[in-house]
Amino acid sequence: MASRSLRIREPFGDRMLLGMIYVLLTLVLIATLYPLIFIVSSSFSSPAAVSGGHVWLWPVEPSLIGYRAVFHNGQILTGYANSLFYTVFGTMISIVLTTMIAYPLSRRTFFGRSGLMVFIVFTMLFSGGLIPTYLVVKAVGLIDTRWALLLPNAIWVWQVIIARTFFQTNIPDELAEASEIDGCSDIRFILQVVLPLSKPIMAVLALMYAVGQWNAYFDALIYLKTSHLYPLQLFLRSILIQNNASGTINAADAAQQLQLTGLMKYSLIVVSSLPVLVIYPFVQRYFVQGMLIGAVKG
Amino acid sequence: MNAYGTKAGKSLKKHWQLYLLVIPPVLYFVVFKYIPMFNVVLAFKDYNVIKGIWGSPWVGAKYFDLFFRNPAFPTLLKNTLFISLYELAVNFPVPILLALALNEVRSVRFKRTVQLITYAPYFISTVVMVSIIILFLDPNQGIVNQILQALGIPATNFLGSPHLFRSVYVFSDAWQTAGYSAVIYLAALAGIDPSLYEAAKVDGASRLQKIWNVDIPGILPTIVIILILNVGNVMALGFEKIYLLQNPLNISTSEIIATYVYKIGLLNANYSFATAVGLFNSVVNLILLVLVNAIARRISSNSLW
Repeated sequence: MASRSLRIREPFGDRMLLGMIYVLLTLVLIATLYPLIFIVSSSFSSPAAVSGGHVWLWPVEPSLIGYRAVFHNGQILTGYANSLFYTVFGTMISIVLTTMIAYPLSRRTFFGRSGLMVFIVFTMLFSGGLIPTYLVVKAVGLIDTRWALLLPNAIWVWQVIIARTFFQTNIPDELAEASEIDGCSDIRFILQVVLPLSKPIMAVLALMYAVGQWNAYFDALIYLKTSHLYPLQLFLRSILIQNNASGTINAADAAQQLQLTGLMKYSLIVVSSLPVLVIYPFVQRYFVQGMLIGAVKG
Repeated sequence: MNAYGTKAGKSLKKHWQLYLLVIPPVLYFVVFKYIPMFNVVLAFKDYNVIKGIWGSPWVGAKYFDLFFRNPAFPTLLKNTLFISLYELAVNFPVPILLALALNEVRSVRFKRTVQLITYAPYFISTVVMVSIIILFLDPNQGIVNQILQALGIPATNFLGSPHLFRSVYVFSDAWQTAGYSAVIYLAALAGIDPSLYEAAKVDGASRLQKIWNVDIPGILPTIVIILILNVGNVMALGFEKIYLLQNPLNISTSEIIATYVYKIGLLNANYSFATAVGLFNSVVNLILLVLVNAIARRISSNSLW
């Protein structure tokens, strides 16, 4: 912002403040990073080092024992496969439905769009609550089916608002009108013009929905009963929080078993969070963009 | 009416495909959002599985009465409000401060690194986050207690102490969401008219004066909107995380209305009672939102509607 050649020596107070800001941000950085490093380091240590509390920063007695235990656990593999399924199909359904409503809402020529907008936004302000929603899902026959995780929360109102704002600002009405005169139908216009121009917003929608789906556990907790349908998060809850590690690990004695379970928790945290954390730096640019679009009051 | 009607008719005829597209999403909202809203009549009925929602007999405000007279009611309300307000007091200003601080940083690389790192925890799932908290705060082997002991402070069972529960909840939230929440303020800061900074410079404003007189007024509209949204969420607080953090030792401060609804409703199958409690929660929430919005509009001319 300030051109360097013109820079005048800043007053003492300003330099003090800047120094304090750097110190503060460095502390924030360490406070955020340390737990993450600790988890990764623990996951690569030996069972005894973890349970003995010898890990401080770097792996102690490096080993892959924790990861071996994770990948030999049938529950976790089932959960991983299920979560992949829910994430891929859930995200696809969500993106399609969101676009189907966000695009018409962005068009001036769409009669009744403000009414429709109120209809949608109202669901953000007031909801029937847990039990009434549960009863609907039950009445529709989705309980204990894969659909229960794909449909009841398929559209997020916030995503509709973001997408609508994007279409409004990036697809000018003149463009739609011009193609209309050329005899292009609305659906063809969406497929051939709108979607190719909307890659950033599609990336945002995909990331948000995918992360939401991958991380969700509550819908599965209330709607699913059969364990072979469970997403990863539900197995994680039982292993990490309720301490129900299944007995597929063959350890000589109980103490050893306990140590191994402790270590496995760290490896499990890494394995389950990896897909999201690996993708996000690459899409972060789009993501921030999307938040900015949403910030412009639509 | 007539002119209106023809306008609608024209739009429908010309853009019938758009109306067709809207049908499935509208159905989604009707089925999964609006029908449940009508199902709240359950709160005023004695639910009977065989008779269904509409066939069950009316009982008026019986379940609300039952809830308000329940000895657990004051505690539930107190816990819910206490955690929410604590959360608001910490996690509303922290992202703003983080954004203001980041905005002063001139080194692009440092700024990017801080952003990238502080952003990451947001993507950790609630289940994993809670298990990290449990692992770290373990009274015997947890790293936090090991560090405390190394500093000569006796080990504490954080999750087993009712008076510490709220702090654990609020500050772990700060760790997880501050970086993410700061993004929106950073965006607002980037949108401030550069000429204002030039003017401040000409006037010889110090860094702090510049933050106070240019930065903060510049992002005030964003601050107000986020505040309204946060207050509107006061009663809808992170059920998923609190439920997972609960244990028999901390239940006296960790039981909130939402977790109570889940337990009596789905675990004990007391549908009508749970619906009444949930409805109470939603209505209080809605009233709060409308109230804050009205206040914000009067004071700062910024509001959601």
